[in-house]
Amino acid sequence: MASRAQRMPASLRVASSLFVLFWFILAAFPFVWTLWGSFKVELDFFSIADWTNALTGERTEAVYGSPFTTTGYEGAWIKEEFWRNVLNTGIVCFFVVTISLTIGTLGGYALSRSTYNYTFWLLITALIFRAMPPITLVSGYLLPFFEWNVWGILPTTIIVLVAINQPFTLWMLHSFFKNIPSELDESAKVDGCNQFQAFRRVIIPVMWPGVITTGLFSFLLAYNDFAVGAMLLSESNRTMVPAINAFLGTTQTEGNVMFAVAAVVSATAPLFILVMFFQRQIVGGLTAGAVKG
Amino acid sequence: MFLKKIALAGSIAAFAATAGQACEINARVSIVGNEFAAIQAVGAAAQECTGAPVTSNLTSEHQTINVAGMSGNPAEYTTAIIANSSLVALMNEDVVRPLNDLVEKHGDGLQKSQLIKIGDDIMAVAFMANAQHLMFRKDILEQAGVEVPTTYEEMLEVAQAIREQGILQNPVGGAYKAGWNLAQEFNNMFLGYGGTHFKPGTAEPNINTEAGVNALKMMKALSEYMNPDFLTHDSNATNAEYRAGNVAIMNMWGSRASQQTSTEGVLDEVKNGHAIAAPLTVGGGSIPASTLWWDGWTVGKNVSDEEAEATFLAMKHGIRSDMLNDETSPLAVWLIDGYKPTADAQGVFAAAQMGTLPYPMLPYMGLMHSALGNELADFMQGKESAEQALADVEAAYRAAAIEKGFLQ
Amino acid sequence: MRHKTFLWFFLPTGLAMLLFIALPIVSVVTQSIFAPHPAVLIEVESCTPLVGCTTETTVDQEATAALRAEKPLGRFVGLDIYFDRGHLAISEMKESWAKADSLGEFVSELGNLPFYRAMAFTLTFVAVVTPLTIVLGLIIALAINSLHHHLKGLMIFFSLLPMIVTPLIGSLILFWMVDSRGVIGSALVAMAGDPDFSLKASTGLMWVALMVYGVWHAAPFAFVVFYAGLQTLPGDQLEAAQIDGATRWQQVKYVVVPHLMPLVTFVALIQLMDNFKVFEPIIGFNATAHAQSLSSFIYNDLSGETRQLSSAAATSVITIIGVAILLSPVLVRTWRDFKGAR
Repeated sequence: MASRAQRMPASLRVASSLFVLFWFILAAFPFVWTLWGSFKVELDFFSIADWTNALTGERTEAVYGSPFTTTGYEGAWIKEEFWRNVLNTGIVCFFVVTISLTIGTLGGYALSRSTYNYTFWLLITALIFRAMPPITLVSGYLLPFFEWNVWGILPTTIIVLVAINQPFTLWMLHSFFKNIPSELDESAKVDGCNQFQAFRRVIIPVMWPGVITTGLFSFLLAYNDFAVGAMLLSESNRTMVPAINAFLGTTQTEGNVMFAVAAVVSATAPLFILVMFFQRQIVGGLTAGAVKG
Repeated sequence: MFLKKIALAGSIAAFAATAGQACEINARVSIVGNEFAAIQAVGAAAQECTGAPVTSNLTSEHQTINVAGMSGNPAEYTTAIIANSSLVALMNEDVVRPLNDLVEKHGDGLQKSQLIKIGDDIMAVAFMANAQHLMFRKDILEQAGVEVPTTYEEMLEVAQAIREQGILQNPVGGAYKAGWNLAQEFNNMFLGYGGTHFKPGTAEPNINTEAGVNALKMMKALSEYMNPDFLTHDSNATNAEYRAGNVAIMNMWGSRASQQTSTEGVLDEVKNGHAIAAPLTVGGGSIPASTLWWDGWTVGKNVSDEEAEATFLAMKHGIRSDMLNDETSPLAVWLIDGYKPTADAQGVFAAAQMGTLPYPMLPYMGLMHSALGNELADFMQGKESAEQALADVEAAYRAAAIEKGFLQ
Repeated sequence: MRHKTFLWFFLPTGLAMLLFIALPIVSVVTQSIFAPHPAVLIEVESCTPLVGCTTETTVDQEATAALRAEKPLGRFVGLDIYFDRGHLAISEMKESWAKADSLGEFVSELGNLPFYRAMAFTLTFVAVVTPLTIVLGLIIALAINSLHHHLKGLMIFFSLLPMIVTPLIGSLILFWMVDSRGVIGSALVAMAGDPDFSLKASTGLMWVALMVYGVWHAAPFAFVVFYAGLQTLPGDQLEAAQIDGATRWQQVKYVVVPHLMPLVTFVALIQLMDNFKVFEPIIGFNATAHAQSLSSFIYNDLSGETRQLSSAAATSVITIIGVAILLSPVLVRTWRDFKGAR
């Protein structure tokens, strides 16, 4: 890769860098704005009088004598105990990613290696399954879940999230496995391995780019989920996003938007640390396939 | 939520201890309801009961889970806290029980006016009320040299005066967001003009009438004085405009009154100029163009009689006079005996005294509300005539009512 | 791979999908062809606090319960719900076809029916957002791939932000930003030179805003998939192309894009489907006055005071059929690839 980058003509390099900068601003601007605004009072954050108040914090200064305040964070974390929700989300994310990837890798691998017609139809069926709007599915679960007494707990939500996301996981992993030459496991089988051993010894070492990418999306799905968690979890087991929604209030009652904003920002912090910490593994993992595949 | 609940429970428990009230139950109680502070307080007070577990699940999604959670046998929830608009949804599905025998046995301390009767059956016990009424900036009205309006026609004049004098460009506020809010504003105006949503005794729609057309025309006239984005403004956005000093006069929920000026950073002129008044009438009518709402609790049908009794006792404990203290009193306009209305509650009481109609408690009103919310935006944007919009509403409602079996 | 081996590999995921997706779909289809029984209505006196008593209509539970016990599924209505005004509106369409003098008038009459209006928005959204997402994602992937090693991780993280910040808050913030007094809105007002310029009051501009949001929100997905794909780029092919004197553009066109083609197909499939189900931006931007989609209909049906389960079920089935039609060209292609690969 490096050699290719070096050979880039200067004009293209400038254009490419400018584009990355442009995208960087586009992608990060709303978040950076939110981060800045999370230390303000609501009237500054959604400053209708004059948008520059959101930058200068005029109303915040009028109340707290300084353009920054941490009341949003204190409210969310101490008064409303947001850490409980973060913990729940952590549990949900961990299990959703682990389970989805385990069963998804097996299924996706099988689909990519079998040449019978039914694999195609299975893939198509999975795709059609994914067309089903999740909100309809979830409202259909309510009655049986209450009946079986499994409503409101984390395991139910985890299994539902895994199942709803399986079509996506299968398709994605299937596409990645297709890119791994089947000669690899064929030759392992010639050497006397059975299918599972071939999978374990030959495929697992080279499948990481696809698995990491798929895992990333499974993680984001579980992390950002609102529809499933809001309807299937009881108040005490709530995950982050439904809890943030609860900060926002309803038609007839006032919420506390700044709690929500502070919660969103602080929920992103662990992700940032995670990505920084595992940067080498993620980028390295993504690149590892290139060497071996 | 957790700490808040503990704090509330603590303050209430301290109060209860001095008053010597006790609540002893012998079967489980499980509550589902909305999550705003007043309901949290009731839930926390009910959880003081001892002898059996009292659990609560207070969430904004309560409407989507309460029917499923109260079906099955035994049901997950023994009680649902609901508003008058959603009681019919539970009754349509037949998951709540009449409370007549329980009221007879344990009903002392409840006021007669708290009992929600449908026919001979007491179906719910109300504990708080709400209504939309006028909120305005007295300083701006004074500056413009106009009186506080009592009718929507006067409101238009006030708005014109404020705009002409260059005080504010868009002085009127309104939660006109397409969907539920817009439909609610139509309901207010329609009832103010003396309309009835349905032909008596049937589910036949009756809104494509003179009252309906007048109501839409008045809404359109008001919207000329609103922020051009009014179709995207719900009550949160409207209040934000008000607090930012961009709005001088609006029809707003009474439950919002106490927080209107207490939010951090509200401009001083808004804080000092804020005032509330009775809801407005329209078209020479005597009944305000508003609706009266209540929140109350029910008892599930698919639970044992012991659980029903325990639920009744615990919920009654949750709304007893003693639960009102300095902390809980300002949270709502309580219907509980011994409640001393705060200044912020005056608007809702004025609405009641003027004979404001309750939000129609009809099995098919929810369908009408949805149809109104979906079809009226075209008229407000000037894309079609009032008659056409109302005809569309009736057609949309009719399709939904046929599906649900209310119309053939 | 032998059938038996395949079965064991596929069993866990197949079982999960069968239980939590296939069975619910069966029940949804059933629900869409059965409707609740006719309600037996009676008039009673009802009493409410602060008001007193009035005569109201209510459902006669005993009479209705008997009907329900007899046929618990409800009354069979066949495809009636699919054809009613809230869905395909067959009879309304026939009527306006008979009444309309010109095609233009017919089309504008059609625009008054919620289903067709929603379709107009949804299909425009799909047609605009899907290709833009793919192109933008590909360019970002190529650009970031050529970055210095140390910058890559950072940029990957920041590129993911549009997906990470929960739409609940993300759209709330963007909604304020595009307000005529928000930061982007002010800029637009200054550019338009009209102080009354408002994006949220105009249907056309609202559509543009929704589509821009759609691309912004989905681009990271396309980017990450393509980026991962680029890592497995066969270096020898690229070198061979370079030796043959291929320009950079030719390398991208003849080596990179063909290599990424399965992934492009995959991203296109997912994006076509997700864009057809567009929902979150409509709710987040409070745009229901300007744009609706099938998913927002389902949301309306399920979130009203009286839930219209049969209607929501019918709309869900229509969604599935719509997605199947929309995806059919890609699926045919996949079928050919599949056949070719064997």
